[in-house]
Amino acid sequence: MSERTERMPSQRQRPRTDSTVLSVDDLTVTIGTRRGPARAVAGVSWQVRQGETFALVGESGSGKSMTLLAATGLAPRAATVTGRVRLLDHELTALPDDRRRRLRGRHVGFVFQDPMTSLNPVLPVGRQVTEAAEEHLGLTRRAARDRAVELLELVGIPSAARRVDAYPHQFSGGMRQRVAIAMALACEPDLLIADEPTTALDVTTQAQIIELVADLQARLGTAVVWVTHDLGVVAGIADTVAVMYGGRIVEQGPVDGVFDTPTHQYTRALLAARPDPSRRGEDLVAIPGAPPSPLDLPPGCAFWPRCPVRADPRCEHELPPLTPVGDGHTVRTFYRGEAG
Amino acid sequence: MARFVLRRALQSAVVLIGVTLVVFLLLQLVPGDPVRVALGTRFDQETYDALRERAGLDQPLPVQYASYLGHALTGDLGVSFRTGQPVSQIVLERLPATLSLAVTAVLFALLVAFPLGIVAAVRSGSAVDHAARVFSQFGVSVPDFWMGIMGILLFAGVLGWLPPSGYVALTEDPGRWATHVALPAVTVGLVAASILTRFIRSSVLEVLSADYVRTAEAKGLRNRVVIVRHVLRNALIPVVTVVAVQLASLLGGVIVIEVLFAWPGIGRLTFDAVQARDYPVLQGAVLLVAALFLLVNLLVDILYARLDPRITVK
Amino acid sequence: MSATTESTGRRVLDALRRDPLAVGGTIVLVLLVVVGVAGPWLAPAGVNDVDVDQMLRPPSGAHPFGTDELGRDVLSRVLVAARVSLQVGAVSVGIALVAGVTLGLFAGYYRGWLDSILMRCMDVLFAFPVLLLAVAIVAVLGPGLLTAMVAIGVVYTPIFARITRAGVLSVREQVFVRAAVSIGASDLRIMRRHVLPNIAAPLIVQTSLSLAFAILSEAALSFLGLGIQPPAPAWGRMLFDGRGFVTDAWWLGVFPGAAIFLTVLAFNLVGDALRDVLDPRQLTLAEARRSTP
Repeated sequence: MSERTERMPSQRQRPRTDSTVLSVDDLTVTIGTRRGPARAVAGVSWQVRQGETFALVGESGSGKSMTLLAATGLAPRAATVTGRVRLLDHELTALPDDRRRRLRGRHVGFVFQDPMTSLNPVLPVGRQVTEAAEEHLGLTRRAARDRAVELLELVGIPSAARRVDAYPHQFSGGMRQRVAIAMALACEPDLLIADEPTTALDVTTQAQIIELVADLQARLGTAVVWVTHDLGVVAGIADTVAVMYGGRIVEQGPVDGVFDTPTHQYTRALLAARPDPSRRGEDLVAIPGAPPSPLDLPPGCAFWPRCPVRADPRCEHELPPLTPVGDGHTVRTFYRGEAG
Repeated sequence: MARFVLRRALQSAVVLIGVTLVVFLLLQLVPGDPVRVALGTRFDQETYDALRERAGLDQPLPVQYASYLGHALTGDLGVSFRTGQPVSQIVLERLPATLSLAVTAVLFALLVAFPLGIVAAVRSGSAVDHAARVFSQFGVSVPDFWMGIMGILLFAGVLGWLPPSGYVALTEDPGRWATHVALPAVTVGLVAASILTRFIRSSVLEVLSADYVRTAEAKGLRNRVVIVRHVLRNALIPVVTVVAVQLASLLGGVIVIEVLFAWPGIGRLTFDAVQARDYPVLQGAVLLVAALFLLVNLLVDILYARLDPRITVK
Repeated sequence: MSATTESTGRRVLDALRRDPLAVGGTIVLVLLVVVGVAGPWLAPAGVNDVDVDQMLRPPSGAHPFGTDELGRDVLSRVLVAARVSLQVGAVSVGIALVAGVTLGLFAGYYRGWLDSILMRCMDVLFAFPVLLLAVAIVAVLGPGLLTAMVAIGVVYTPIFARITRAGVLSVREQVFVRAAVSIGASDLRIMRRHVLPNIAAPLIVQTSLSLAFAILSEAALSFLGLGIQPPAPAWGRMLFDGRGFVTDAWWLGVFPGAAIFLTVLAFNLVGDALRDVLDPRQLTLAEARRSTP
């Protein structure tokens, strides 16, 4: 899987070095269930560099969240993880749990999907924002409090000094997600992992949170992995994108390449299903059918049963390899029909 | 917060008035003339008339209740049909014995149930978890007095380590109090612990799968910090209620255990009053226990509101 | 509605069959019922056959559970007493179920002042520790089998009333009930046809667990001499009578208590299994209250 080592330079004007923050190589996650092993993630490889935004796109159950949890050592106990994960100069997969835990807290910040449930209801938000800094940077409680106010101000919480002792239930959903972002940034991490951070929010708040993360990224130079099922979000913020389906990456590349010439039928279906503000009021085009069960995956392309084209019969029985189709743009399909 | 406390206190007061009504009506349910029944073979006209008059039994019912309630509010619960002593004095004399047993039993239960319930949940499926489940099933099914008898058989009979029954006041001789309280307290405590273990286990298990616990893990906190600060802080809030209900019931006097171990507490007093048909003492004991029960529950609700920041807003 | 009821029934049976503890509990219960019905014929000796030459004899071939202080055969007394325990358990829980469900239905269905009054009454009953209230009721009514059943029934009524009321409140607003109201179905019909089937699951679970608690309460009452009166045998009373001899005659303490324990355990195992299938999140309030019988 070395197709992606040569990479298209981004069009964005942003300070950029070539240092890779996180690289995932051939990651596979199998979860033991009562009904047999479920292969949640299979042979996934990608990397994200300093200051860059990488988007991981797919429907729920496609393995995108599991990829990140497994990469950072947060996979459930029943999961078996293979492959290599590198965070900065550390080979995470080779490290004992305790070393991995400390690296994770120090260098990676997480923002999860639902701000109503991802904050501890009985701990003041200030405490929650800085407890990672207390743990990993040795901040005293007093210093931590000042830092908490600073961070809450950074993410745009009004009268932060007063709100630092408030509890999560005293904040609105959008404000809670800001708290969660402040929490993720407490140790000034090299990488921010945002797992569908706007899905649970209303449209206006969504836009504010996206803008906030983009703004913080520009100021702090953090690498961002943005997990979403919404391609509309990706176009605005990501440099590179990987589309996942049935635990595998089916299309990957620079955001412009993937959007201009979507090649995999699943990517095209996703793009067609994207809510389009100019066609407000029309029905969304949903993809017919349901994603495959990780307990029972098809032998070839996992999207075959739902594929609207089914032009190349090899796709049904044989797993297509990821093959380059453009500058850094790879796709997992045999079909090369005219794009668009 | 003040409004919450006030509302809960008012609710408790209303229930307490209902309780006094039930306790008052108990005497009316006695078939026949309660004083005559109580005096039995010791009947003499003078005592009989005095007791009837003191209990106000010649008045119409509503007047009787009003006077009962009025007296109860001033701490006057009538006099014993047997000894003529004030009921409130008799009942209060028995409180220390019950209190020392109840508190010891609850402490023992906490000591067993907390580690067992927490470890069973955190290491769910492990040997400890299985042991905890067997223990809690055993505890909810075993009659406590039978366990007490087995304890006497083993520790007093076979091993001869502890006295089979009896009471020494804590203030009198702490050492001998301890040897006497051990068997009844462990008996009662084990049953309480089994229920508590089950409750703690399920509460911790539920919190372990909460999103905010994953958030805490994502921060790279040490496992101990995740468990103590994030899991237990949340999981143990509802447990407070259960502990309180248990303590309140124990304060009510574990009748059977106090009878078995000849422990002169409220439970033993209730038993003796039943045997002697000393209805005012029975009423007094029941009323005091129910009042204590309500008070503990009220205090716990307030404590609960302080522990869980979400309550005050509602 | 009948289709779903049937499939629920099958689901419950399947789940119980797969749970070895529930199977064990069920077998014990079946044996208990057999003993309860046929106890007097199974007993090797009469329950009140006093034999002064055979006092306090340890277990032997002639007396597998030994003899008591009057030379009576303990095994026979344990077997015959099973009926009393089961009878008190069944009747008192029956009383609590009927009374509690009726009160809960009316409170939840009509709400308003009726609801307030009924539920405040239940709160008052809830303010007494379980056994204390039962003891007080039996004490004033006079000890005996019937009063014990009534007392235990009264004590366990509030929990059924609360479960029923909560269920009614949640079912009441659902579309099918509102539809039934709109086509003019009578209140009683709506309660029977629509509300009751929907709150059956928690009630079944509670009934099974309450049977365990009720049998424990009966044992405690008869231990205190407030259950069925001598010379009729009762497990609790046998323990009370034997408690003074127990360090010399262990069998007087072991066998009647083991009988109570097994019976209660069997009901609890079946009740827990039912709860796991039917109503996994039911409150454990009843258990908390049971902490002191």
